[in-house]
Amino acid sequence: MAELSKTVKLEKTKHKKTTIRAKIAEDFKKHRTIYIMVIPVLLYYLIFHYGPMFGIVIAFKDYRPGRGIWGSDWVGMKHFIDFLTSQYFWRLVKNTLFINFYNLLIGFPAPIILALLLNEVRSRKFKRTVQTVTYMPHFISAVVVAGIIVDLVGTDGLINDLLAFIGFQRKNLLAVSALFRPIFVGSNIWQNIGWGTIIYLAALSGINPNLYEAADIDGAGRFKKIWHVTLPGIAPTITILLIMRIGRMMHLGWEKIILLYNPIIYDTADVISTFVYRRGLEEADFSYSTAVGLFNAIINFSLLIMANKVSKKLSETSLW
Amino acid sequence: MVNRKKISIFDVVNYVMLTMLCVTTLYPVLYVLFASISDPALFQAHRGVLLKPLGFTIEAYRLVMKTPAVTTGYLNTLFYVIVGTSINLFMTSLGAYVLAQKDLYLGKILTLIVIFTMQFSGGLIPTYWVVSSLLGTSRLTLLLPTAITTTNLIIMRTSFAAIPSSLMESAKIDGASEVHVLTKIILPLVKPTIAVMALYYGVAHWNQWFQALIYLRDRDFFPLQLFLREIVLQSRLDEANMGIDIDVSADIGQIIKYATIMVSIIPVFCIYPFIQKFFVKGVMIGAIKG
Repeated sequence: MAELSKTVKLEKTKHKKTTIRAKIAEDFKKHRTIYIMVIPVLLYYLIFHYGPMFGIVIAFKDYRPGRGIWGSDWVGMKHFIDFLTSQYFWRLVKNTLFINFYNLLIGFPAPIILALLLNEVRSRKFKRTVQTVTYMPHFISAVVVAGIIVDLVGTDGLINDLLAFIGFQRKNLLAVSALFRPIFVGSNIWQNIGWGTIIYLAALSGINPNLYEAADIDGAGRFKKIWHVTLPGIAPTITILLIMRIGRMMHLGWEKIILLYNPIIYDTADVISTFVYRRGLEEADFSYSTAVGLFNAIINFSLLIMANKVSKKLSETSLW
Repeated sequence: MVNRKKISIFDVVNYVMLTMLCVTTLYPVLYVLFASISDPALFQAHRGVLLKPLGFTIEAYRLVMKTPAVTTGYLNTLFYVIVGTSINLFMTSLGAYVLAQKDLYLGKILTLIVIFTMQFSGGLIPTYWVVSSLLGTSRLTLLLPTAITTTNLIIMRTSFAAIPSSLMESAKIDGASEVHVLTKIILPLVKPTIAVMALYYGVAHWNQWFQALIYLRDRDFFPLQLFLREIVLQSRLDEANMGIDIDVSADIGQIIKYATIMVSIIPVFCIYPFIQKFFVKGVMIGAIKG
């Protein structure tokens, strides 16, 4: 009996195999144009996305440009160990986590609060004006934003003018380690607070008005209504955006850091991604910086999985 | 919602806070604008908040327009925006059309190949290695490696898939080719989505500087943002001038910086009112995944 079912199974898989091949062949014939159309797209992904993924092997090699990727020697985990034991390691991990943590802690709720405030505005005209103005910085390039920041906090800049007025000594605030994080996080909020509200405002407009009426009848005040109706109404949106944000945490904004930082404040401003850029592209230390970049990606991915798990447990909202 | 006519303390506080937010958002840009048209000497002597231009001169703008860095950068950026966005839209709609096919046997695998890249990438150095060894330091390095943004591809596929498939089937029965179906039936139906995609891709090209920084060597290929970085952040006006003889005193040098910033953001602000109606749509379709 068992033997019989085995042969039947065997037959089945054999059958399945041929049908898969036949199906693909048939599909190719039926959708010839489609498969021709997909060639450039597929090539794009293979070359520019999957190509670099295979390039990660240089993290485990001692890459020498003259010998090529395959000709270079394998060194296993050497670069990882080098990085983990280097004097930069803790500084970079600490800075990356701190900057991103502040960015998340203050930068993430900011658009939610703004959306809640805008939601309480009754004048449509005023609401539209605020939206138009606060969306705008989203379209200004990182170079210009960095330029404006450097100018405002410079020794002769506006912020120093104000500080000098109340009796402080003038100094370039971007040369003060302790101030980099506030400046960076603050400017991020300036850039993104308005743009971030769009999705929350849309979620807010989807809340059933009956709920507010019911709350009114129950005698709820404004804050009670926000707390018990509005916030629960947009909670799923908040959760999804938070998970996605955590998943990209280690990558956010590092291009702007490159524009803003300087060696004097590396002790608070240098993050893993900027270190990868310096070591990899400015000093051409390909293998080592690829290993560091991979380390960053692994942390990032673990954070994403963790955030997703926590959220699944707490609120049954998750990315997958 | 309840329409109470009474104005509470909360309303007053709320309006004041929002107005203050608008002022802080606008002020840095206004400061740059005021400074850029101020009299250089007056501005240099000035300390503190600037509430209006000090005097009026467009000398800085005249000088900026004569700066080869700015004009070259402008033309290059226009090239990258126009050609780049065209490539983006072509490739993205091609990919979206294929992925939106419901009866494609390998469709699932193709989708998986695409989606996978949203979470995993080679990282900066391997990407640099692949791009520079394939394309060298040509203009193509700013056009091809970013031909498709996967998020945008998924957005477009979602909007393609929302079109009733009976429409395409009947067209095919009438003898329309796939290309015909895509260009004559689908694309006209998703115009708003295309507009949003063009907006996203276009702004990305306009503001692009990092790839230009790492791939490009030839200054003739530099986009505006890269020159802007030299003039504004590194204060290297002389180099950006490329030896052209403009008498730049220290006073006006400062003002030129502001005028350059303005010149780079004015076009975006000019089209801002026209594109604003697409914002909400863009973010919302971006939020729909899978």
